[in-house]
Amino acid sequence: MKAVNHRRPHSSAPGIRAFELLNMGIIAVLVILCLAPLLHIASMSLSSNRAILSGEVTVFPLGINFEAYQKIFQDASMIRSLLVSIGLTAGYTALSMLMTVFAAYPLSKRLKGAKFVMFLILFTMFFSGGTIPDYLLIRSLHLTNHLGSLLLPAMINPFFLIILLTFLRSLPSGLLEAAEMDGSSHFHSLVRIVLPLSMPALATLSLFYAVGRWNGFMDALMYITNPNLYPIQLKLYQVVMNSMTNDPLSMQGDQVVSVLPESIKAASIMFATLPILLVYPWLQKYFISGVMIGAVKE
Amino acid sequence: MKQSWLYFLRNWQLYILLLGPVAYFLIFKYGPMYGILIAFQDFNLFKGVMGSPWVGFDVFREVFGMSAFYKALRNTFMLNLADLLFSFPAPILLALLLNEITRVRFKKWAQTILYLPHFLSWVIIGGIMLQVFATNTGIVNLLLGHLGIDPIPFLTDKYNWLITYLVVGVWQSAGWGTIIYLAAITGINSELYEAAAMDGAGRFRKMRSITLPGIRPTIVVLLILKIGEIVQISFDRPYVIGNVSVLDFSEVISTFVYKTGVQTANFSLATAVGLFQAVVGIILLLAANRIAKKITGNGVF
Repeated sequence: MKAVNHRRPHSSAPGIRAFELLNMGIIAVLVILCLAPLLHIASMSLSSNRAILSGEVTVFPLGINFEAYQKIFQDASMIRSLLVSIGLTAGYTALSMLMTVFAAYPLSKRLKGAKFVMFLILFTMFFSGGTIPDYLLIRSLHLTNHLGSLLLPAMINPFFLIILLTFLRSLPSGLLEAAEMDGSSHFHSLVRIVLPLSMPALATLSLFYAVGRWNGFMDALMYITNPNLYPIQLKLYQVVMNSMTNDPLSMQGDQVVSVLPESIKAASIMFATLPILLVYPWLQKYFISGVMIGAVKE
Repeated sequence: MKQSWLYFLRNWQLYILLLGPVAYFLIFKYGPMYGILIAFQDFNLFKGVMGSPWVGFDVFREVFGMSAFYKALRNTFMLNLADLLFSFPAPILLALLLNEITRVRFKKWAQTILYLPHFLSWVIIGGIMLQVFATNTGIVNLLLGHLGIDPIPFLTDKYNWLITYLVVGVWQSAGWGTIIYLAAITGINSELYEAAAMDGAGRFRKMRSITLPGIRPTIVVLLILKIGEIVQISFDRPYVIGNVSVLDFSEVISTFVYKTGVQTANFSLATAVGLFQAVVGIILLLAANRIAKKITGNGVF
């Protein structure tokens, strides 16, 4: 690590302490600023109507009130969107990982034609058809209003493929050669040797794929118009942005509005954020290691 | 001939594995490239690419005669440049500060929290922003009100909106952006710091004379690549954060293409705009990569 401890006696100790404290103070303020918007929304979702209307809610809930959440959990469309997103994310991650491994393993070897396939893939990183040709393709494949439109078009991310490729090439080659000497088939080496050795890389990439799908919005906006198939982001967009009505969850008109739109919106935001918040602290180290593998290239 | 047959026999499993991925790229990445042809057609959805009449560069002439197109182009440049001025330096400064922290636990905690916004979708961020910055009910204006400041229309006045857009961008990306710089800092030879300490250099001196020069190549490469992406803009951020009252600033190429293409079904026009952006984008990107290669000795691609 760094040589901060090799201070010369004359570099005044009090000055160092003051600097350290000031620096920690600045970082602490930034950390609070970073969290404050989330804490505020969480507080809005949990506070009483009176506290919200009087504008007293900052970063602590005032007069605990779970009605907004009750309303969300009673709303079938919200729950359905959550389930759509969970299923979609699981399916997409599995499919994407499978295909990424299928591409990376042969390409990591000196295979005839691998260079050409690699070029085919890299070219798409620079040039693509664009939004409208993509859209027209999905239409002509009859994939609009079909979850296939959210699974297939972004199945392999070339960046992630390169990360995995770099990782596979860095594996000790001796093991694989020994296995091939013993007459082990390529499939066999992949499943028995390569995949078990690649677990950290596979975990990282799965998480990247999963977060990407969970947060994905534009493709759903373009391809999905059937509310029954709305992923959670699209549903949230409708609730938070589009509704000019008093009641964002579009309840029947004769119902008395007992929950403020602000708290419904805040609770909806929390509802879509919680899954990320729940997994994030545990998975953070995988994300960072992924960036590091990717950064090796740069 | 016989040898290549043997080669295939030995490696057929590898080729089988490649079938799916290659089919994917051909269908979903190269398939749409065929659709680019409609930029040169008076495209009709029912006649398809085969049946629609060719019009040469007429569509491009129409695009270059549209004030809405120039506005979207201007805004794309403007938002990207503004990001370059604020969102680009933010992680560098933050990484320098984080690097000086010696309390390991404090640093870990700080990093965990600072990275978090990167994992939230723009819809979530946009939703938070709408509430926090609302003119009359938002917490920011309520707090400003306690200081005796009149409510500021952060979301509905285009100049204020620009600031909101930037602030939200920094909030979302600054923490995560530090990772690459922190990695570069760990790569700096620690003997340099020791030697500097021997010469009586203080922390600021070391930061300025060792740490900053040490990460300069990383900064330069990332900066050049960012400049290379100046005509590219994501869809989610301007679309979700923008609104009707600030359309004058928030309409960018990506949202313009979506609205003219998908919403109003003017497919040829939107495809032409997208193609223009892609071509300019690829030229800039290749140029940027070439410059980066010259400066650092090795490129990114």
